[in-house]
Amino acid sequence: MTDAALSTTPLTARHQALGAKMADFAGFLMPIQYAGIIAEHTHTRTRASLFDICHMGEFLIAGDAAKAELSRVLTHNLETLAPGRCRYGFLLNEGGGIIDDCILYCLAEDHYMLVVNGARVQVDREWIAARLHQAHFEDVSDDTGKLDLQGPASLEVLEALLGQSLRHIPYFGFAQLEWQGQPLLVSRTGYTGELGYELYCPADQAGPLWDALLVHEAVKPAGLGARDTLRLEMGLPLYGHDLDEVHTPAEAGYGGLLTSNADYIGKARALAVREKLVGLLLDGRRSARHGDAVLLDGVQVGVVTSGSFCPSLNGAAALAFIQADKAGAAAYAIRTARAELPAVPAELPFHKTGTARIKLT
Amino acid sequence: MIPDDLLYTKTHEWVRMEDDEAVVGITHFAQSQLGDLTFVELPKVGDTVTAGEEMGSVESVKAASEIYSPVDGEVVAVNEELADTPEAINEDPYGEGWMVRVRVTGGQPSDGLLTPEEYAELLEE
Repeated sequence: MTDAALSTTPLTARHQALGAKMADFAGFLMPIQYAGIIAEHTHTRTRASLFDICHMGEFLIAGDAAKAELSRVLTHNLETLAPGRCRYGFLLNEGGGIIDDCILYCLAEDHYMLVVNGARVQVDREWIAARLHQAHFEDVSDDTGKLDLQGPASLEVLEALLGQSLRHIPYFGFAQLEWQGQPLLVSRTGYTGELGYELYCPADQAGPLWDALLVHEAVKPAGLGARDTLRLEMGLPLYGHDLDEVHTPAEAGYGGLLTSNADYIGKARALAVREKLVGLLLDGRRSARHGDAVLLDGVQVGVVTSGSFCPSLNGAAALAFIQADKAGAAAYAIRTARAELPAVPAELPFHKTGTARIKLT
Repeated sequence: MIPDDLLYTKTHEWVRMEDDEAVVGITHFAQSQLGDLTFVELPKVGDTVTAGEEMGSVESVKAASEIYSPVDGEVVAVNEELADTPEAINEDPYGEGWMVRVRVTGGQPSDGLLTPEEYAELLEE
């Protein structure tokens, strides 16, 4: 299974020693599962799971011109993004299509970190670097380790490791701390719907940090398989499946995020809606998959972008792009490789009891 | 994880012959490759199945796979428990995870099936 052309992370040998099933994701050899996707999913919802997310990309943008120049490249509203806070948004092409979805961290008034999808690092880097003129741009992906600790127990685990309270960090806030004399950025964000933290450290610290977190009895490793079912239950999109260069943020359900007054690339088209990303609950345990047709009265009106059995729902769910004028129907059918499955629209998130936003102060 | 009292197929089903009936499931290797199973589609009692032809399917969180009948015959029993607990196939593929019982018709069922030794060799390839 090992492909010499795939990149590794600082943790690859640890995953293999733990017996993980490994596969290509975004050009990296990544752990898909250890004990099993359902067990890892459930552990994340009830305790805490540790994910290797070193494949994602990190860019640093700095200088007096950083805020103004980034405001013309990203949909993020930088005017209201204060130091210590981070925000979800998009990198758009001229047509309003999504080049990538990304989180922007305001490290200081003139210093930002942008976190992007692993498979999009090169595309994003070239797009952004060509459109920044005075701001300093640096791709620090290879030098940066990223571990996600996600689950209701993640706060107590991290507080025990760092020997300090972290309750002051709000949802979509972060703190720049130290661990073992090295910088550690602790961000209260994640992709699971549970209380959790994304941890950024120097790449050579990722191994020791992984080991130190796994020592805690509440923590187990989880792979990208569980990460996918966890995010699908929350209705969170995955770039390359639910987001692409054709569809706009408004079509993906994020029109409300577009509050920036800046004249960013793609703004004129970002609110265009030809299709809508719709959450669908299937009748039973059988899954729809990416690419399956969505039918209304026997006629195709959309296509499934993500679909899986969802452990916390004990049933299957899907996201699908459906023609805007057909997106309000009460029921659809999904034509899979083997069957036609009834599906009904559902409010997102599918999973309603996630702990991500709980108040800690 | 290859019991020596069973016969096997190249498509990773197992067969336990009990007089003229064959109990059929998927192997430990098959379930481990698929991962956590979430859905099973099986034939109905009374259905005719044909050796080498599709008789059902399984889905896991990440994958789906066909199940092929190892023998010719008529389905006389189906493991109905699997509809609600497909994880039994992961936990006990040769026991609680059995799928169907087929009354074998026609020729020798062992024709074309693999011995445990042959199946072990297949997995090593």
